[in-house]
Amino acid sequence: MYNADKVIVGILVLIIFFTTPFWLNYKRVEALPKPERAEKGEKCIEDTAYMRAYHMKLLDEWRNEKVRESKIYYQSSDGRIYLKSLQRTCMECHRSMANFCGRCHAMFAVKPDCWKCHIAPEEVKKWR
Amino acid sequence: MLELALRGSKKYWLWLGFLSIFIVIGFAFYIKQLTVGLGITGLSRDVSWGFYIANFTFLVGVAASAVTIVLPYYWHNHKIYGRMTLLGEFLAVSALIMCLLLVIIDLGYPSRVFNVLLYPNPSSILVYDVIVLNGYLLLNLICGWTVLHSYYKGTSSPSWLKPIIFLAIIWAPLIHIVTAFIYQGLPGRHYWLTAIMAPKFLVSAFSSGPAFLIILASILKKVANFDIGERAFQSLAKTVTYFFIAFWAFYLFEVFTAFYSGIPGHKAPILYLFVGFHGHAEWAPFLWTAVILAIVGLVLLLIPKTRKNETTLVLASLAVFFSVYIEKSIGLLVGGFTPNPFEGVTTYTPTFPEVMITLGVWATGFLVLTILYKIVLEVEKRRILIHS
Amino acid sequence: MALNRRDFFRILGIGVISSVGVAGLGRISSRAEIEVVEHKASPQALIGKRWGMVIDMKKCLEAGEECINNCKAIKACHITHNVPSIPDKKKEIKWIWMDNFIHTFPELEDIRLKEHLKKFPFLLLCNHCDNPPCVRVCPTKATYKRKDGIVMMDFHRCIGCRFCMAGCPYGARSFNWIDPRPYLTSINPEFPSRKAGVVEKCLFCYQRLDEGKLPACVEACPSKALIFGDLGDPNSEIMQILKERFALRRKAELGTQPSVYYLI
Repeated sequence: MYNADKVIVGILVLIIFFTTPFWLNYKRVEALPKPERAEKGEKCIEDTAYMRAYHMKLLDEWRNEKVRESKIYYQSSDGRIYLKSLQRTCMECHRSMANFCGRCHAMFAVKPDCWKCHIAPEEVKKWR
Repeated sequence: MLELALRGSKKYWLWLGFLSIFIVIGFAFYIKQLTVGLGITGLSRDVSWGFYIANFTFLVGVAASAVTIVLPYYWHNHKIYGRMTLLGEFLAVSALIMCLLLVIIDLGYPSRVFNVLLYPNPSSILVYDVIVLNGYLLLNLICGWTVLHSYYKGTSSPSWLKPIIFLAIIWAPLIHIVTAFIYQGLPGRHYWLTAIMAPKFLVSAFSSGPAFLIILASILKKVANFDIGERAFQSLAKTVTYFFIAFWAFYLFEVFTAFYSGIPGHKAPILYLFVGFHGHAEWAPFLWTAVILAIVGLVLLLIPKTRKNETTLVLASLAVFFSVYIEKSIGLLVGGFTPNPFEGVTTYTPTFPEVMITLGVWATGFLVLTILYKIVLEVEKRRILIHS
Repeated sequence: MALNRRDFFRILGIGVISSVGVAGLGRISSRAEIEVVEHKASPQALIGKRWGMVIDMKKCLEAGEECINNCKAIKACHITHNVPSIPDKKKEIKWIWMDNFIHTFPELEDIRLKEHLKKFPFLLLCNHCDNPPCVRVCPTKATYKRKDGIVMMDFHRCIGCRFCMAGCPYGARSFNWIDPRPYLTSINPEFPSRKAGVVEKCLFCYQRLDEGKLPACVEACPSKALIFGDLGDPNSEIMQILKERFALRRKAELGTQPSVYYLI
């Protein structure tokens, strides 16, 4: 290989550069998000593992079914019935957008648009 | 082949740098538009499309006009356009890039633009416009680049290219007809609701596009020593003349229909654009400029002596280009939205950020055009060297 | 092993097709995860064949200037739906508003028009046309017609191209040129606001109908000048009214078939 020394050093620099997030956060357990527990309600509409993995798909399904097909109620897998509403159902128990949604979303750097239109509980307080 | 664009004179780099300044300024204002919203434009509830869509409509015409070169050359074996076809195709490519940029810039929620592909509504003309514009961009890139590449390699064009070129020829009018259908199928917009919209769009394209090519070819002759030939200039001049006469004739047909029938809704936009309506005539100076330019252009084109002189021909082409630009961009948009659904007048003037963003798009188009033309010129130079 | 060109493309093709296939399967299987759940319509929802409205301008006028100047219907609508009050006329957003006779029915302009008609304040809102041009032109089906005739807006899908605003002959649509939140005077936590970049308009209170309630404006009008009902049911209240009294529709000549009728 020509210029082997330069190439290898270059590759190493690149590897280090692209893995900086891992090095910077090494052993920093506080970086793991801990979303706030629900303020009321005993049980979420589905179990925690399911909600953690699929809440975005569930909400996407909800908004289409509710807005476009007028199916405004959701029957969970254990038979309970809920009104499909981010503002009126989810946030009824999870009273904080920043401390519930926001913590994981910040960690994973996802920026959903939900709260640009939907009104977070924090926002409601401002108006009172 | 792209590497050919990386070597150039100082002037070439200065020109690219000059364009880049406008691109950067335009982009900065676009970032502001993304954060604040389309509120930084002069648009309103009643005039909901403006300068962006106006320029878009005009540039679709410039893109479609490539067919006025490609069709005679390939279909009728019009040999004198031999050195022109690539210029025409690459002009279409850069015009289409500007069109697509302008459409995206005009969206309120650009991050959702792919909803058009995810949930296309088969009854929406805009969906078809997306298809024909992107298709035409692809066709022109394939045709132009393949021909150029065979020049570069010194081979003849591959045989599979022929059907694609013919497809591009048929496709060209489609992009402008579909764009016209965006406007002419809307109930309640008097100025747009006319079957002559599509033919008027086509003739305006086939006059302003070749006029622009005359200007570009004349610049290339001066700065790059690339001559398309006297006969090609004259052939283009004839195309411009006939279609430009048709364009203003079609406009006068509209005026006749509106005023002889006397229907208020049909008269109102024309009154607003030229003499004033409900005490408003904001755009009348521009529309009258278009008329004066049209007269100047027509006189220069119709007198054989001035048509054959290259300087006056370029002047005539400039007059044609700007005459069509005023009528077909801002005139069309403002006229369509005035009067509003309540027969009142809401005025519209583009704001400074709006104009700068649009200038940025034009600069981007010219940058792409310059780079593509640069490659064409370099390949041509090599070809001549090899032949001699 | 040296690949020739043909084999290379063949392998490439197989690769592309199989990866698309795997991705597709992945999508289907992960979607199956939430197919176990059920979506249900509301049992108490008001169901109509084609919702429509009659606006009795006579009642409105009789209610007096005080009532007209502080129209409770407009207020109720704009509070319920978090409609901002933007002072700049060019950027304003309105779902239901008032204008005079000439602006409402420009084609009926007449210098000999009855003097009192000129004073009539007409309530304007989306006409929920039977043949809506806005729905025809929307590229993404963000605006669409429900089976019960309501011309709906799915704010989640709107890309802000504003083709619907050019298509609507009634000026019923507003665009969010800027962030509307700072211009809200109050907030209804049960309904979303909007973000800059989407189009909005009256939705005939689809969300209230789903819960068995009448539209907010109808409920709020103290003189009962707004009558909401089913145009598809010959025995409904509004059909009875339309049988007896002459009613006007805006720009009927355009063939859009508005569902909002005006009694004068």
